[in-house]
Amino acid sequence: MNEITPASIGLSREDLPNSYIGRSVPRPNAPKLVQGRATYTDDVVLPRMVHAAFLRSPHAHARIGAIDTSAALAVPGVIRVFTGADLAKVCDPWVATLDHLKGMKSAPQHPLPLSRATWQGEPVVAVVAESRAAAEDGVAALRVEFEPLPAQTDMETALAPDAVVIHPELGDNLVFTRTAETGDVAGAFASAHKVVEARFVTGRHTGVTLEPRSIIADYNRADGTLTVHHSTQAPHMMQGVFAKHLRMEEGDVRVICKDVGGSFGIKVHVYPDEVAVAAMARILGRPVKFIADRFEAFASDIHARDHRIKARLAVDGQGKVLAFDVDDLTGIGPYSVYPRTSAIEGNQVVNLCGGPYDFKNYRCTTTVVLQNKAPTCQYRAVGHPIATAVTEGLMDLAAEALGMDPIEIRRRNLIADDAYPYTSPPGMRFEGLSHHASLDKLLEMVPVAKIRADQEEARKRGVHRGLGFAAFIELTNPSPFMYGIGGARISAQDGCTVRMDPDGSIVASSGVTEQGQGTEAILAQIVAHGVGVPVSRVKIITGDTQTTPYGGGTWACRGAGIGGEAALQSAIALKQQILEVAGAMLQAAPESLDISMGNVTDKATGAERMTLHELGRIVYFRGDTLPKDLQRELVQTRHFITKEYPFAFTNGIQASWVEVDPMTGMVKLLEHWCVEDCGRVVNPMLVDEQVRGGIVQGIGGALYENCVYDSEGNLLTTTLADYLVPMSAEMPEMHVGHVETPTRESLLGAKGAGEAGTAGAPGAIMNAINDALRPLNARVHEQPFTPERILRALGAIA
Amino acid sequence: MKWPAMGYARAASLPDLWSVLAQHGSAAQIIAGGQTLLATLAFRLSEPGTLVDITRIPELRGISVSSGVLRIGALTRHAELGRDALVARHAPLLTAAVPLIAHPAIRNRGTIGGSLAYADPAAELPACIVALDAVVVTASAAGERRIPARDFFTDLLQTALNPGEIIAAVEIPLAERRSAIQEVARRSGDYAMAGLAAALRIEGGRVVAPRLVYFGVGTGPVLAARASAALEGRALDAASIAAAQAALGEDLDPPQDLHGPPEMKRHLARVLTGRVLNGFLNPSEIAA
Amino acid sequence: MTASDREHRSASEERSVNPPQQRISLTVNGERVTRHVEPRRHLIDFLRLDLGLTGSHAGCEHGVCGACTVRVDGEIVRGCLVLAASLDGADVVTIEGLSDSGEVADLQANFVARNAAQCGFCTPGMIMTAADILAHAEEAGGGTPSRAEIREHLSGNYCRCTGYQAIVDAVEDTLKARHLAADSDLRAVPALQSSEASR
Repeated sequence: MNEITPASIGLSREDLPNSYIGRSVPRPNAPKLVQGRATYTDDVVLPRMVHAAFLRSPHAHARIGAIDTSAALAVPGVIRVFTGADLAKVCDPWVATLDHLKGMKSAPQHPLPLSRATWQGEPVVAVVAESRAAAEDGVAALRVEFEPLPAQTDMETALAPDAVVIHPELGDNLVFTRTAETGDVAGAFASAHKVVEARFVTGRHTGVTLEPRSIIADYNRADGTLTVHHSTQAPHMMQGVFAKHLRMEEGDVRVICKDVGGSFGIKVHVYPDEVAVAAMARILGRPVKFIADRFEAFASDIHARDHRIKARLAVDGQGKVLAFDVDDLTGIGPYSVYPRTSAIEGNQVVNLCGGPYDFKNYRCTTTVVLQNKAPTCQYRAVGHPIATAVTEGLMDLAAEALGMDPIEIRRRNLIADDAYPYTSPPGMRFEGLSHHASLDKLLEMVPVAKIRADQEEARKRGVHRGLGFAAFIELTNPSPFMYGIGGARISAQDGCTVRMDPDGSIVASSGVTEQGQGTEAILAQIVAHGVGVPVSRVKIITGDTQTTPYGGGTWACRGAGIGGEAALQSAIALKQQILEVAGAMLQAAPESLDISMGNVTDKATGAERMTLHELGRIVYFRGDTLPKDLQRELVQTRHFITKEYPFAFTNGIQASWVEVDPMTGMVKLLEHWCVEDCGRVVNPMLVDEQVRGGIVQGIGGALYENCVYDSEGNLLTTTLADYLVPMSAEMPEMHVGHVETPTRESLLGAKGAGEAGTAGAPGAIMNAINDALRPLNARVHEQPFTPERILRALGAIA
Repeated sequence: MKWPAMGYARAASLPDLWSVLAQHGSAAQIIAGGQTLLATLAFRLSEPGTLVDITRIPELRGISVSSGVLRIGALTRHAELGRDALVARHAPLLTAAVPLIAHPAIRNRGTIGGSLAYADPAAELPACIVALDAVVVTASAAGERRIPARDFFTDLLQTALNPGEIIAAVEIPLAERRSAIQEVARRSGDYAMAGLAAALRIEGGRVVAPRLVYFGVGTGPVLAARASAALEGRALDAASIAAAQAALGEDLDPPQDLHGPPEMKRHLARVLTGRVLNGFLNPSEIAA
Repeated sequence: MTASDREHRSASEERSVNPPQQRISLTVNGERVTRHVEPRRHLIDFLRLDLGLTGSHAGCEHGVCGACTVRVDGEIVRGCLVLAASLDGADVVTIEGLSDSGEVADLQANFVARNAAQCGFCTPGMIMTAADILAHAEEAGGGTPSRAEIREHLSGNYCRCTGYQAIVDAVEDTLKARHLAADSDLRAVPALQSSEASR
C-alpha cells in the first residue's frame, strides 16, 4: 500500500520520464541564488519607506526612567521616536504559555517595555528615520535614564529563596516543570550491575542566520490593510499575530515572504522589535523597514540549548539498559517566547532521552526557569542534541564500565526493527523505525576495524584519535498535539492548490515555505510526478498569505511530510480532473488514459493522444465545444494533516572520527558519517545536503558556539569574531546513508530530514573526543568542547 | 551598525598629507587598508572627524633591498607581502606569517603599516618584526624617525607613533637566520589564542641572538627575554628547549580572554616554544 | 504625516551638518558610474542602495562573514570594509557583473548541480571567492588545488546551511573540468561545454 506505484495511487509508471519522486532533481530556484538575483526582504524598497533602529537596554535588568527624545529628534533625517507607552496605544501585549503544558506561566510582553528592561539587548526605544544610518544616529542621541536592578543570571539559583524574582506578579521564576516517570526507577538502580552518571552542559547557542531578521511593515490607511514583507518561516502564523495584537482583522493583514536567508528556527518566533515595526507602520501609515544588524542579532535573536543535565544510567551484567534517571534544568531568559513558548525545549528533553533504546524504567524532570539573559526558544532540532548527547554519553560510560564495545552495547539495546508500533517510556509513539538496519548500514560505511587499528598505532606515536557514535530519534511531521491543543494558532495542517493554465503549464501554491532547504524543488517534483508533466513546466508559489492555502510554514521538519503530501494529493486530483476532460474530448474512458511528460496518452499502449497545451486551449478558449455538464475546473486543492500519530519519528545514527591534540586541547575533525531514515526520500541530494548542513550546525554547538555572559548579565560574544561558527577549513568530509521506512500516514510516506544532522552530531563528537582521551584518563561532557575545557580535563591547566 | 558620520580626505603625497593633517588636527584619523579601523567604526567604538586616506601616497609603497636591509613600504598589502620574492628570500618569517592573517579578501586590503600601527596584541606581523629585530621607519612633518621594533609597541593598542606621524616603512636587517611562526587559533584565520614568532642563528652549533616573540598573550608582542636568554650560547637540544620553556613563565603575564584563563595562555606558549624550537632541529640533531 | 512629524522634520533639516559628499567616478561591472557619496557609505551600501545591485549582501558589516565579497581592481575584498569614497577610478565587479560576463557560468552550474547553495544569502560572496580560486589556479597554470586548499581559501566566507562540502565539491568539479578542458584545447579537441561558457 505504501509503495508509490501506478496500481496503488493511479500515478504514471515509475519508469516514466516524469517520475520525479526519489530523484536528485536540481532546485529550480537555485540559479537565481548563484547569480545574486534572489529577493531577500532587505532588497525590497517601497515608496515613502522609512527605517527603524532601536535603543537596546545596556543592562540585564533595569528600571526605565525618563526618556529624553529631544536631541534624537533634532538629528538630521530622524522622523519620529516611539516608546513603549506610545506603542501600547495600538498594540496589545502577549503571554506565551500553552494550555497543555500544565502549570506553565509567563509574563505579558509588550513590543517595547513599559517600565523595566529585563535583558541586555531588549529593545526599549525606537527611532524612525529616512535611512538606517540616520536612525542609528538618532538612537545615539537618545537619553534614557536606566536605574540598574539586581540581575538573576544563574539558572542554578533562579528558584532560591533569595533569587531576584524577575516578574514579581508571577511569584517566582519557575516557568514550567514536568516529570515523566514510568516503571520502578529506584528499584532498577538498586539492583543494577553498573550505574554510571555524569553532569552534562550544553552551551547557549543562537542561529546566526546569515540574513539577519528582516521586516518591512506597510500600513495603508486608505484601505485599512497591513502588508508585511517578512523574512519568516510561518507567514500565516505571523498574519494572525499581527492582526490579533494590532487589533485588526486577519483578512486585512497580508504577510509576504520572498527569499529567506536562513532560518533554522530563528525566524518562527514573535520578536518585540518586529511587532514594534508593524505598530509603528500602523501609526505612521507608511512602510517601516527594520533589518537587524549582527550585534542586534546576537543580543535579540532567540538563544537556545542553555541546559544543565544531571543524569544516571543503570545497566545489568549483559549491558541491557535498566533505567535512565535524568534531571534537566534550563534558563530561558525573562519571557517565554510567543507563541511557541520556551518550555518546549525542556519538554523535548523529557520526551526524547533514552529514545533509541528499549527499556522500562524512566524518570526525567525538566525545570524551566527565568533569568535576565536573552530569551531562548526553538532552534533547529529543539531538545534533540541535548537528549542525544545525554543518552549517548551515558551509553558510552556504561560500555566503558562494562568493558564492552560501544557498538555492541547499542546493538543490545536499540529497539528491535520488528517491535513497532512501540511506545517509549515517556509516552512517545513510534510507528516504524529502523535502528538496527541503520546501524548495519553505518557499519558498512565506517571502516571500524581499520580505524581501530589506526587508532592503536597512532596512540603509540602519542597521537590521540577517537571514534564516537550517537544513535538518535527525531520528531517530525507534528500534529496539533505539538501546539494547537495548547491554544496556539499554529497550523499543523497544510494545503496546496494545483492548477493547469491554458498552455498546459502547472502552478502550485503551498502553505509551506522555502528557507533554502529546497521546499519549492520537492513540491515541483511531487506535482510534476503527480500530474504527469516535466518538472520544468511546474511553477511553485509559497510565502504569501493572500495567494497560498492556509498552512503552518516551516517548522519541526514538516515541509516534505505535510506540505509534500498535500501537493501530491492535489496533483493527483488535478490529474483525475484533466483525464475526465480529456476523456470527454477523446471519447475515451478516463481510466484508459494517462498523462506523461505533458501529454495525454493511452494508458495501455503509451501512445500520445493529445497535448495538455491543446487540452488547455479547448478548455479555456473553446469551452463551447465541450459537453455542457462537464466539470472542467482545472484546479484542485487538498489539505493534509496527520491523524494516527502525534508525530512521525525518524531515526538514525552518526559516527565521528576525530583527533585531539592533548597539548593544545584542539580537536580536529577527521571524518563524519550519518545514516538516517526519513521515510520516503523525495530528493536524495537535497536530503543529503540537509543532513550535512545539520551536522555542521551540530558541530558548531559541540566545538565552537557559545553565547557567553558575565555574572552581571552582559553578553560578551557580540560579534562574529567572538561567537564562533563553523567555517570550511575545519569541517570534515561527511558521508550520508539512508534507510527508508515510509510513514503509512500518507501516500508519499515522507518524514522530516532537516534536523537529524544537528540532533546527533554533538553526541557523536563528544563520544569521539572521549574515546580519544580515554588512555589519558580524561573526559568532557560540557559543550562546547573548547581547548580550555579539554586542557582542564587533562589536568594540563587547573 | 552603520559607520558614524565623518569626513574624508585623500592625500596624494607626503607633503600633501602633512597639510591635510595640519588642517584637521586631532580630528584626523589615518586610514590605509582599513580592515581593522573600519570594522571598529561599525562598532561605533570611535567617531573620527575625518578619515585621511594615505593609500595613494607613492612614497609609502614598494619592497626593495639595499644597504643590508629589506625595506617594506607601509602600504604593502598582506597579499603582496605573501607573494613577494624578496620577502620570501630575506624574511621568510613574514611569508610564513601571511597565510595566518585572516582570510584572502582581508589580506588583499590590509597593509603591514596598518597592522603595526593598530598593534593588536594577537596580530602576527608585530611579533614577526620584533623577532626579526626590524626598524620601524616613521614620517611626519618634522621628518623621519627610526624606531627599533622592540620599542615601537608600548602598550595595549599603543605605539611610539606621535600625533601626526605615520609609519613609512619597515626595515629588516639582512641576516642568515632561522625563523618560524606557529600559533594556536580556534579556526583558520582567527586571531591566535597564543602564538610564537621566533628567529635565531646557529653558529658553531650554538644558538646566537635568539628572539622568541609571543603574541596573543599580552598587551602587545612579547619579546621573552628570559626564555631567549636561556637559549643564548647553548646547543639547541632538549635540555636548552626545556630551559627556555621553564624560563618563559616569568616573561609572560597573559590576560584572561574569552578562550580561557592566563594559565592556558602560558601553557600554550610553552607548548609552542617546544614545537617551534624542535622544528629548528634537523633530523640528525634530533637523532643525536 | 502628522503635524508634529512635519515639525520634527523641518527642525532636523535646519540642523543638517553632514560632512560634504565625495564625488567618485568608477567602473562597476564594466559601466562607468559617477555619484556623490557620503564618506560613511561603505561599498556594499553604495552598491545596494545607490546602484540597486542587491546581489551583494551585508551579513555582519564588520568584516567577518564574507557575504559582501566583491572584486575591486581584480582582487576580492570585503565590501563592508571599503569606503565607497575611496573608490574614485576603481574597477568594481559584483556578482551581477560576474554572472553577466559568463566568466563563472560553469562554476555556477556546478553550484546548482551540487546543491551548493541553500538559502543563497552567502552564495554571491561564496561565488566571488570561488572565482578567485579559479583565477589564481589559472594564473598558477599548473595543477588543481587540493580540497584542503579550497577549504582554506573559502574559509573567510561563512555558510550556515550547507556544511561546506557541496561548495568544495562544486569548486573542485569546476577546477577539474577546466583543467581537462585546457588539456583538451592543447590537443585541439573541442572544449567541454561547461567551460565553453566561461570564455
